[in-house]
Amino acid sequence: MKKIVLIIRREYITRVRNKTFLLSTFLLPIMIVLLISGTVVLALKGKTTHHIAVLDQNGYFKDYLRSDSTIIFDFTPGIDSLNYADKNCTAVLIIPVLKEGQKTICRLKYKKQLGLSNIDDLEKRISSAITDHLIYSKTNLTRNRLDSIRAASDIAELKTFSDEGKNSRASSQGLSYGIGYACGFLIYLLTFIYGAAVMRGVMEEKTSRVAEVIVSSVKPFPLMLGKIIGIGAVGLTQFLLWIGLIVLLAGVAQAFIPHELLNEVNHMQQANAMAGASAVQTSEAARQIFEVKQSIANANWGVIIGCFIYYFLGGYLFYASLFAAVGSVVNEDPQEAQSLLLPISMPIIFSFIIMSIAAQDPGGSLSVWASMIPFSSPIVMMARIPYGVPGSVPYWQLFLSMGLLAAGFLFTTWMAGKIYRTGILLYGKKPSWKTMWKWAWRKQ
Amino acid sequence: MPMLEVFQLKKYFATQKAVDDISFTVEKGTIFGLLGPNGAGKTTLIRMITGIFYPDEGNILLNGKKFNPEEDASRIGYMPEERGLYKKMKIGEQAIYLARLKGLSKAEALSRVKEWFTRFEMQSWWNKKIEDLSKGMAQKLQFVITVLHEPELIILDEPFSGLDPINANLIKEEIFRLAEKGSSVIFSTHRMEQVEEICDHIILINKGQKILDGTIATVKQQFKENLFRITALPLPENISSSLFDLLSKKDHTLTLRIKDGHSPNEVLGYFIDRQSNISEFMELLPSLNEIFIRLVEGTSVSRQFQNIQS
Repeated sequence: MKKIVLIIRREYITRVRNKTFLLSTFLLPIMIVLLISGTVVLALKGKTTHHIAVLDQNGYFKDYLRSDSTIIFDFTPGIDSLNYADKNCTAVLIIPVLKEGQKTICRLKYKKQLGLSNIDDLEKRISSAITDHLIYSKTNLTRNRLDSIRAASDIAELKTFSDEGKNSRASSQGLSYGIGYACGFLIYLLTFIYGAAVMRGVMEEKTSRVAEVIVSSVKPFPLMLGKIIGIGAVGLTQFLLWIGLIVLLAGVAQAFIPHELLNEVNHMQQANAMAGASAVQTSEAARQIFEVKQSIANANWGVIIGCFIYYFLGGYLFYASLFAAVGSVVNEDPQEAQSLLLPISMPIIFSFIIMSIAAQDPGGSLSVWASMIPFSSPIVMMARIPYGVPGSVPYWQLFLSMGLLAAGFLFTTWMAGKIYRTGILLYGKKPSWKTMWKWAWRKQ
Repeated sequence: MPMLEVFQLKKYFATQKAVDDISFTVEKGTIFGLLGPNGAGKTTLIRMITGIFYPDEGNILLNGKKFNPEEDASRIGYMPEERGLYKKMKIGEQAIYLARLKGLSKAEALSRVKEWFTRFEMQSWWNKKIEDLSKGMAQKLQFVITVLHEPELIILDEPFSGLDPINANLIKEEIFRLAEKGSSVIFSTHRMEQVEEICDHIILINKGQKILDGTIATVKQQFKENLFRITALPLPENISSSLFDLLSKKDHTLTLRIKDGHSPNEVLGYFIDRQSNISEFMELLPSLNEIFIRLVEGTSVSRQFQNIQS
């Protein structure tokens, strides 16, 4: 027991003192922030305006198709499907004569891709143009009247609340999705990073032959366990540092918000605290900050962070011993490690794919099942938890999943320990799967 | 009471009987040579004694008590043939870490490491890494780490390979000193001249079996061929006798084999009777090298793979 503590200490201290640890701890959050803001900026900048020439054989679309900043319709006579590109149009829309109640194909020819969302948008605009046309031609409604009805009816705003028995709390689907996805992704990333660190550590001990020296004072199993726990502690340290860093960054970011704006936000918060918050005159910017603050405050951070730590450690422990077993059987050749890693990385990658589904549909049967099975539960469950415990994830599911994960990592550690014990002292040919299977089930 | 007793140790692998029924005894304070050709099973045998492998059959007794790998780790120091240390860890820290894994307290480990580093003039290495050391320096460090916790049983696998004569001597002196202080040393090597110089007792194993066991003197007696060298002046004209066979003649020196049933005194008498002045007469004992080659040769040089049913 004393020896395993020594091993854990060594693994922990040598890694935390390493420069790469400090670099990754401080650079990764900054890189993530840069990546997110970069994609947002690019997405905003990348919004180009599409000029679409329209060849309408019905004659009424000119009045009803609405142009805006993303799509501008061009009805200039003389444009056809051959010369539209010369007239500064990115595409040409050909609408044949439409018959009521009969599906008709409108064709869009383009030189430059419009993108999926634009196509969807375009279809909606065509449909609503037809609707408008039909309303005017079949009823006595004037156009002004219809527009004012439209404006007056666009008043319902949906807010979601998760039902927690006596009281319900405001929730944000978008935020839950974001947190769920981020947590799942982070666990996926950390499992790989720290799993690979365990594997490299084992390989280092094996190829430098220090394993034989150490194994004459400590049994292989505590040696493996010490390494896994030590590296896991490094991961936990890093995670806690990240949380600290994020809180700090958020504080710094707040300092950049103008004072008057902040006052308005505070005002809104006070108003909101009083029952039946009536409309307070505020600026748009203040409203947005207020909403972000509100939804962040509404997320159940205690449960999310607690579960994250459990699932991070559980998932790490589940996979780390497998990584250690792989490290123990390969020799210097990294190629060997590649082929042996495949069966370990496949379930992790699959979990990631299921996770991206579960983050959108936390109650689906695939999500529920995948969040029970220890192979995928650490990544998938973290995508579901932000939607609410015990709302979206009942307690029995959470505890069953946690229990199965604990049983799972005990099992993989036990099995991998047996492979490790033999592999770490064996040099020469890489053992086959069959041999390793035999090692795993051998007695002693 | 012997320091180490090994009884009928067996370890079979899938394709080889690595160690097949080996027994031997190592007395306290002696230097014991474990000899054998490549692949004879020495490393497997050593790994069982150090608790790295479990034997399939047989017993190991340490100081008369059954060997327990967990508890007895601190009584054993093992220096494997393939040297191994962490490449990126500072040497001082590494030595302390490995000593503490053997059960020393932090303060004890620190003072011992300092003491040994001073003795071997390695103080300046403290903050260096293994990467910075030459092969011979790393070897010295490995030796220090092996004996740091003052083990009762020290197992050295080819301790001198890669060392220059000065450092080899340094380590040799340390081995003698440790044996004098009561440690037992098991010394595994192919270098027979070192064995003759250092070891008290040897065993030779080949193909997993022990084929020779005894002190150097008894082994040499066992394999002697009654060869004698005699230098005499003048030599008799015709040297032929029923007492001995003449094997070679060079200047005034003859090599003879005394026939069974005759004694060296009779041979001396033969020459004295012929008015020869004998200036040298000595028995030629076989070198360990010759014994080794004689015993191992003829058996196929490399071990063959075989299927073991177990």
